[in-house]
Amino acid sequence: MASTLPYDVQSIRSEFPILQRKVKGKSLVYFDNAATAQKPKQVIDAITHYYSHYNANIHRGLHTLADEATAAFEASRAAVQAFIGAKQHEEIIFTKGTTESINLVSNAWGNVFLEAGDEIIISSLEHHANIVPWQMIAERKGAVIRVIPIDADGRLDMEAYKKMLSSKTKMVSVVHASNALGVINPIEQIIQLAHQHGALALVDGAQSAVHLDIDVQSLDCDFFVFSGHKTYGPTGVGILYGKRHILESMQPYQGGGEMIKEVSFEKSTYNELPFKFEAGTPNIADVIALQFGIDFISRIGKAAIRQHEAELLAYASSKLRLVEGLKIRGDVEEKVSVVSFTIEGVHPQDLAILLDNQGIAVRTGHHCAQPLMNCLGVVGTTRASFAAYNTIEEIDILIEALNKSLKMLK
Amino acid sequence: METSPSISAIEKEIIGDFSMFETWEEKYEYIIDLGKKLAPLNETFKTDDYKIKGCQSSVWIHSFEKDGRVFFEGDSDAVIVKGLVSLMIHVLSGHTPQEIIDAPLGFIDEVGLSSHLAQTRSNGLRAMIKQMKLDATAFKLKG
Repeated sequence: MASTLPYDVQSIRSEFPILQRKVKGKSLVYFDNAATAQKPKQVIDAITHYYSHYNANIHRGLHTLADEATAAFEASRAAVQAFIGAKQHEEIIFTKGTTESINLVSNAWGNVFLEAGDEIIISSLEHHANIVPWQMIAERKGAVIRVIPIDADGRLDMEAYKKMLSSKTKMVSVVHASNALGVINPIEQIIQLAHQHGALALVDGAQSAVHLDIDVQSLDCDFFVFSGHKTYGPTGVGILYGKRHILESMQPYQGGGEMIKEVSFEKSTYNELPFKFEAGTPNIADVIALQFGIDFISRIGKAAIRQHEAELLAYASSKLRLVEGLKIRGDVEEKVSVVSFTIEGVHPQDLAILLDNQGIAVRTGHHCAQPLMNCLGVVGTTRASFAAYNTIEEIDILIEALNKSLKMLK
Repeated sequence: METSPSISAIEKEIIGDFSMFETWEEKYEYIIDLGKKLAPLNETFKTDDYKIKGCQSSVWIHSFEKDGRVFFEGDSDAVIVKGLVSLMIHVLSGHTPQEIIDAPLGFIDEVGLSSHLAQTRSNGLRAMIKQMKLDATAFKLKG
């Protein structure tokens, strides 16, 4: 249960060993959480504990270590199931990240169901991971990619989307919250409209899963994908949620051990869900540790973290608006805790170098969303993204460092 | 031209210049200043043909040969990177292709700029050096 105590950011910070670090002689200010979140001690300890006490291959061995490892691995599946409100644990597939989850769907679903002339709808806000896999399968199948345009603030043009939908639309794959701008899309409406036209809907939840309450059943999305490392878990673990009957209708993604029922040189039969899509020995240690990242979020409470992050975002945005020539990109109400900005006459890379020298980690560049940067007419932005452990004081440090950097660059 | 200092002499001079800086601010203010003062690159060379791939900022390097020596000019849309372009031109321009190819460029580490060579930076210093050495190799082969 979520705590009802006041939000104690110092106590939360003490759970993250890396926050003690100095960078260039200064206390680290980590504002690159949208790229990857830092890990609480319980996640780090879980990895060590697994390798020190019960390292074994899962699902097959008939010995104590294998039993323990299998139970811990499957406990993570149950934790993810609860985290996103999936109906069945078989609907949770472990991958190595959001990127692999999307590639799995584009291949294993696309190979079976896409035909020449079919259309796949994505949006202008997409990360390359939700563009390129669709381009690859579209090219193989002769399908067509259509792109929902945005306005100057990064809001999707829903009227254009409605006009784009037709009986040719087979898949709508849209980001829940933009990694580059933080803008939250009206995802329920997007899914509903897709279904009205007989298309499936995939939600890229890489940026939303950690911040927003996710219930895949009430969203009614067909697929929901996200990464463990952005939810305070380890890198190398991703999640693919898919509705059971759809996953069952798809081809396996990779062949090998674990994913088969019987193999002969003539023919193999495939294992049941979720193992059908988990060929080979999975990333056991990191999958196990993931449940502790999720546990961290549940313990503090998603709503409490969201409230804290909203305060940080509002404070940072108000301070940034005072900086001469600065423009916040994607300056809308509905946002996750990301502030992306450009400053007239200042290259984001120069800013990143000078901020790094002051111990501040931000992200600059195109954020793996080059088409979006082209839409906005910028070479890139500077992005600060906030997590449960960030503080108002750190934002003051950022603003001071930013002003100092600008003075140096003028 | 015969009396122009060697690459290693120029590197030593730069190490000497940087040793006077006591803070990171002084170091970067110097690089920014170099960037601002770099002679502008003719717009005709600011095309994809002269653009160095793999940089977060745009970097253009144009090279030409005169009397057996290679000369460089360049530009960037980011001023710190432009300062690094200026530094590299100062070190490598006006030498023979073989001297450029052989230059170990140890000064980058000595003046504390090696973080700009990190692969994650994508900020061009590594790509810039590679391109300049490639150009020198091309001139050597044409030789």
